[in-house]
Formats: sequence, structure tokens, C-alpha cells
Amino acid sequence: MSMDADDRSLLEDLLAGEHRALARVISKIENRAPGYRDLVSELYAHTGNADVIGITGSPGAGKSTLVDKLAETYRDRGETVGVIAIDPSSPFTGGAVLGDRIRMASTVGDMDVFVRSMSARGTLGGLSTATADAVKAMDAFGKDKIIIETVGAGQNEIDIVRTADTVAVLVPPGSGDDIQTLKAGILEIGDVFVVNKADRDGADRTVQELRDMVQLGDESGFDGGGGHHSQEIIDAHDDWDGESADADETDEGWTPPIVETVAIHGTGVDAFIDELAAHRHYLVDSGEHAEQVRTRYAEEIRTLLREDVHTMLEDELAAAGGIDDLAEAVRQGETDPYSIATDVLEPVEACLENLETDTRE
Amino acid sequence: MSSEQEAESIRCLVAKVGLDGHDRGAHVIARAFRDAGFEVIYSGLHKAPDEIVQAAVQEDVDVLGISILSGAHDTLVPKIMDGLEEYGAAEDTLVLAGGVIPEEDRDELREQGVAAIFGPGTSVEETIEFVRENAPQR
Repeated sequence: MSMDADDRSLLEDLLAGEHRALARVISKIENRAPGYRDLVSELYAHTGNADVIGITGSPGAGKSTLVDKLAETYRDRGETVGVIAIDPSSPFTGGAVLGDRIRMASTVGDMDVFVRSMSARGTLGGLSTATADAVKAMDAFGKDKIIIETVGAGQNEIDIVRTADTVAVLVPPGSGDDIQTLKAGILEIGDVFVVNKADRDGADRTVQELRDMVQLGDESGFDGGGGHHSQEIIDAHDDWDGESADADETDEGWTPPIVETVAIHGTGVDAFIDELAAHRHYLVDSGEHAEQVRTRYAEEIRTLLREDVHTMLEDELAAAGGIDDLAEAVRQGETDPYSIATDVLEPVEACLENLETDTRE
Repeated sequence: MSSEQEAESIRCLVAKVGLDGHDRGAHVIARAFRDAGFEVIYSGLHKAPDEIVQAAVQEDVDVLGISILSGAHDTLVPKIMDGLEEYGAAEDTLVLAGGVIPEEDRDELREQGVAAIFGPGTSVEETIEFVRENAPQR
């Protein structure tokens, strides 16, 4: 791939650790500015050293505050941190107020915590692509830990957290009913559960509910069989504690631990960091990390191809006089969307067939 | 194509520097900018110039709007401008000042690189229009 001279020097500045260059590269990524792809493709060679942590949970769960304390603690341990904080944007104007930065107060003035706010602009998986590419930029820059803080629970979040090696799901106390409704999603994406605001009423109950959930998920998932606790055994052991599963973790897969924090006071943050590190070790030791990275790259390739094909087809449609006429033709009853799709794709298919013949020769 | 339009967005940092504890105006501006389709990062109250510079650089904002009611603009604004300069961000950041800034102080702020000063009574539309016309093209 080729880059123009400006982008080349931008890349060099980023690799040299210039904050302004990192900021500028992320803007290019977000804007899909001309040349951004070549830039990102050059970044890959410099990535792979950062731990990427996703933090998600319902609005008001205390994500920003916890991220702040997390960043502060990592800094105290001598590690550099990148934070990508995602906030919603208006579906009408595209505008957004990105407010997470306000809560990152512990680390202001320390440039080695690089906080970047992103809005959910664009469509078609654009946010997750932009987030993944911004992670690449921070990784290449040399950040040790990269924290992605998502908007809240939802389908978009699941896409974004796939960019992370370890996903922490925050559950505020007293959200029992929410847990029930979110069960499937949370169980699937959470590697570590955090009951934040653990000093509030109902925290114990929430922890217990999560424990029950994790245990049930553990039972139904993975390869089944030996070593799993049956519901009867769990019921018989009121004092059952997630930690006890530690010994046979590597055999059984990962059992998400449940951590209690009071982020605003920094309580439990060290324990949380320990669990994040434990998950990281598990990923590497079990070989799951390699698998995870492969899956991620596969998704990236697919997404890029989808976007490219989409753009080509949009151009094709525009060249053919725009989609409005076609839509009008459908409205008039002259044709239907399926026939149009077939017609538009026919030359593409023909091309692909030729291509296949060519590569076979 | 519409997806390209969505991709471009003017990014603004609305900043409160120093000791003044009144940010109603900053909130109004932040919201109006949002409704105009800008991406707004609000700094929160009581920020030091360093913190504002850090945010402006990391967020790579096109526009930095500083709201000051305390009268400390003479000391705070130059510190911010120096910080932006240090990171090579002064040149292509549109810096605006708003709040209570006496007429006699304005020329000096302009000399320091503040592109426009919006005092009490400025309409929000006027400010948005100015940003649209003057936001740096990168």
C-alpha cells in the first residue's frame, strides 16, 4: 500500500510517541479521511502489545468513574493507558455531547493517559470499525492498556466489545429485573462481572443473582460433563464462592468472576485489576487468545469487504440514475426489489465467475 | 453518499477554566452545538489550563470554546494558547471566547489568537454560523 508524504510523516510521528499525531490519526480514522486505510494498514505491523479491555454496562452503572480509577491504578503501576470513551450521537442531527471525559479526573494533566471520546456516528458497523482501528492506533503508539468504554448495553456494544480481549460488565445493585432480561447478552459477553456501587443496598443480592447466573451459564455452556456443579450442589452450599472454581479453571474454560467495587472511592479496583490480569493469563495459557485474535481479524476482513462491496454497489446505483427511480418503479408496481437486486448484481456475478476462471488457470 | 456526510463532523471542546462556578451558559452552548450536529466535549467546571490543553490535543478538536465569567481571562487564556502551541495545535484550532469579557480586554485576546469573542446577548445561531464558516479545514 502507498501513502502520501503527509501521512507518512504522521505515521512516523505517531510511532515516535507524539500525542498530536495519535490524535490526528484517530480523527482520520473516524472521518474515513482519504488515505486512512493505508495508514491503518501500516499500523498493523506495530500492534499486538497492548491489553485491550472493554467496559460495558447500563447507563449510570459507573463505567466512567471505574475507568478513571482503573487508569489511575495502571499509571501508579507504571503502565501507560489509552481510553476510548463512546457516547451516543443524535440520530437526527448527528450531534453529540461526549461527557465521559469529565469523570476522568484522577489522571488529568498526565498525557500518558490518552482519553479519546468517540460518538456513535455513521452506520453499517462504522462505529465498531472505527473503534477497532483507533485501538490499533493506540496499540502502535505503545499504550500498555487500552480501555474501551461503551455507551450502554445493546447490540452495538457487543460488536464493540469484540474488539477487546477481556470484557467487564458493570451491574449496578438492585438491577435484579434487568439482569433477568439481559441474561443472555450479559452471559455471552462478560469475562468479569463488576457490581459497582457495592456499598448500596441490594448489592449482596445482585452479587448472589450474578453468581447463580454464572453458575447456570457454566453448566449449560462449554463441553459439559465432569467437574461442573449441579444445581443441587449449589443449592446445598449457600456459602459457595466463585473462587473455589479457580483450581480447575484451565480444564473447564473460564468462569467469570464477580468483583465488588465502589469506584468513586477506588474500593475494589485492585481486585478488579487482578481479575483482568487473571483472564489475560487464562486467554494466553489456554490458547484462546490466538483463537480470539484470529476471529477478530476474520471479522475485520469481512467487514472491510462488506463495506467495499457496498460502496461499489452504491456507486453503481448512482451511475444507473440513482435508487430513487428504482424505488419509484417499485411503488408504481412495475417491478419489485428482488428483481432489481438480481439485475444489479448480474454483471457483478458475471465478473466474479470470470475472476474465478482466471485464478484457476 | 449519505454515509460520507455522517462521517464528517465538527468537533468542539466547550471549556470552563478557573474558579468560576457557573456553567449554565456552557451547557446551553454545548446543547446548541449538539443540535447543530457538532460533536461536543464538555470539560466540566474548574479546569486548569493544562487540562484544557490536554483535552483539546487528545480529542483533536476543531474548535475550542472557552467560557469565562470570572474575569481571569487575562491570565488563563494565554496559558491555554501557549499549551496549544507547545503541542503544535494552536495553528489549526479555532479558539473562541465567551462569557463576561470587557471591551478593553478583547484586542489583547485577539492578538493571542482568539478568533472571536462572544459576549452576553450573542445569539446561539450567530455562534454556530461562525463555527461553520471558520472551522479549520484539515
